[in-house]
Amino acid sequence: MQARMTRRKAVNALMMALSTGAAGLGLLVLALILAHLIFKGAGALNLAVFTQDTPSPNDVGGLRNAIVGSLIMSVIAVAIGTPIGILAGTYMAEYGRFTKLTKVIRFVNDILLSAPSIIVGLFVYQMLVVTLGHFSALAGSVALAILVVPIVVRTTEDMLLLVPDTLREAGLAMGAPRWLVIRQIAYKAARAGMVTGVLLAIARISGETAPLLFTALSNNFFSADLTRPMASLPITIFQFALSPYDNWQALAWAGALLITVAVLALSIIARLVTSKKDKS
Amino acid sequence: MDTLTRDRSPFTFQEVDPAPKPRISIRNLEFFYGETRALKGIDLDLPENQVTAFIGPSGCGKSTLLRVLNRMYDLYPHQRATGEVLLDGENILAKGTDLNRLRAKVGMVFQKPTPFPMTIHENIAFGLRLNGTAKSEIDDRVQAALKGAALWEEVKDKLNASGQSLSGGQQQRLCIARTIAVEPEVILLDEPASALDPISTAKIEETIHQLKERFTIAIVTHNMQQASRVSDRTAFMYLGELIETGETAQIFTRPREERTSDYITGRFG
Repeated sequence: MQARMTRRKAVNALMMALSTGAAGLGLLVLALILAHLIFKGAGALNLAVFTQDTPSPNDVGGLRNAIVGSLIMSVIAVAIGTPIGILAGTYMAEYGRFTKLTKVIRFVNDILLSAPSIIVGLFVYQMLVVTLGHFSALAGSVALAILVVPIVVRTTEDMLLLVPDTLREAGLAMGAPRWLVIRQIAYKAARAGMVTGVLLAIARISGETAPLLFTALSNNFFSADLTRPMASLPITIFQFALSPYDNWQALAWAGALLITVAVLALSIIARLVTSKKDKS
Repeated sequence: MDTLTRDRSPFTFQEVDPAPKPRISIRNLEFFYGETRALKGIDLDLPENQVTAFIGPSGCGKSTLLRVLNRMYDLYPHQRATGEVLLDGENILAKGTDLNRLRAKVGMVFQKPTPFPMTIHENIAFGLRLNGTAKSEIDDRVQAALKGAALWEEVKDKLNASGQSLSGGQQQRLCIARTIAVEPEVILLDEPASALDPISTAKIEETIHQLKERFTIAIVTHNMQQASRVSDRTAFMYLGELIETGETAQIFTRPREERTSDYITGRFG
């Protein structure tokens, strides 16, 4: 009896040490990456990063065109992808919950969710770049939107399915039509989760490089023209980080830090939105 | 017979079922979950301004019957009803029935309190806006409904608090207030007090007593004492069949059917 207890305690201690060690290792790697990024990136950050466009090698400059380009394309992508995603998710969780079509959409959506983003880039290249004859920011936005849709579809459906049916029945029992019950009751109950889904989608696309390579391309100059190639942070980082020039490498670090901070901020906002729901 | 009906005192038993004017008439109702027949040839009248209690063991079809009366089952595939349910002379099971209008006339309160994710005031204003109540009247109607459900005193200072912040018993009375605010003709109560403590239960029963002056009420309950306290008429159901129906006093003191007396004396179920 005593021997068995001692053995159990030993196994417990060992397992706890292994788990803690694994968690610590994961955190350590993350901390190292972040520390390295902050060390290199913060050193390269200055006002010029936000006010000047990408320079020629060994010249002074910033990332203004890339930052603005990334913002423009992300906003358009979210503006296109979110309504489609929410409406599709609503169909799946509400109107078409028992239909075969929903099962098919869910299956295809899961594939799309894990599809390599370079394939999405190639698809849009074929659809919008080849047919129109030139690279454009619009093509880049569409490629990013295609990445937004499956994330929003998934979270919208999941969050709406978490809304208890009794709440829907209660709404319908008041004589409210279906669309009103969805809009005023189901969306309200699922709002925090749905917003989180959109924020996650933004976080996902803000670091995507592959879908932009064949669509928006890049641009060394400031451009807000959607029909022309547009610079973006991920591609600029990709381009500058591989270059032999010190000033380009420094800007790549600054850009990487900016994206990381933005994604971190979005994650924190997502957390806050969700925890607010838990409280009520 | 006519004089008997008119001269009804709560303390005398009726030998003959006086059959008062029905608000809802159910005729030969059958209900199916897929292939399973859950209700078998139900014939029942719900008299106007009376409380009719549905009692019976779990799975006997009481809740199913209630959900037919506002066609809540329509939400789900493979559920269907045949027969007739007449409300104001119209068969609500007919194909062209306007479900939103039907449900505005036949309100429902569920077993679990279901406050909407909005403020107490909004919970009640929701239904009022639906039926086109003028903006200027809404505040008064909200207050009247909360008073009708005996909740006003407890929430009058926090109408803008979330409906979900109330206690279970208060939430259930909020749901009752929400239902009566839109002035339905019939109110369906599906075990409204089964999740509540005795004090909240007493308040809800008190509310039901007052409501029957204005509404026709059907209540599903597992609690025999509750059925005998709140209802005028009782319908005993067993395995999807309506075994016996009559005045509550008669059902509980001199049931005609052996199965009814076995159930109410606790021999099964």
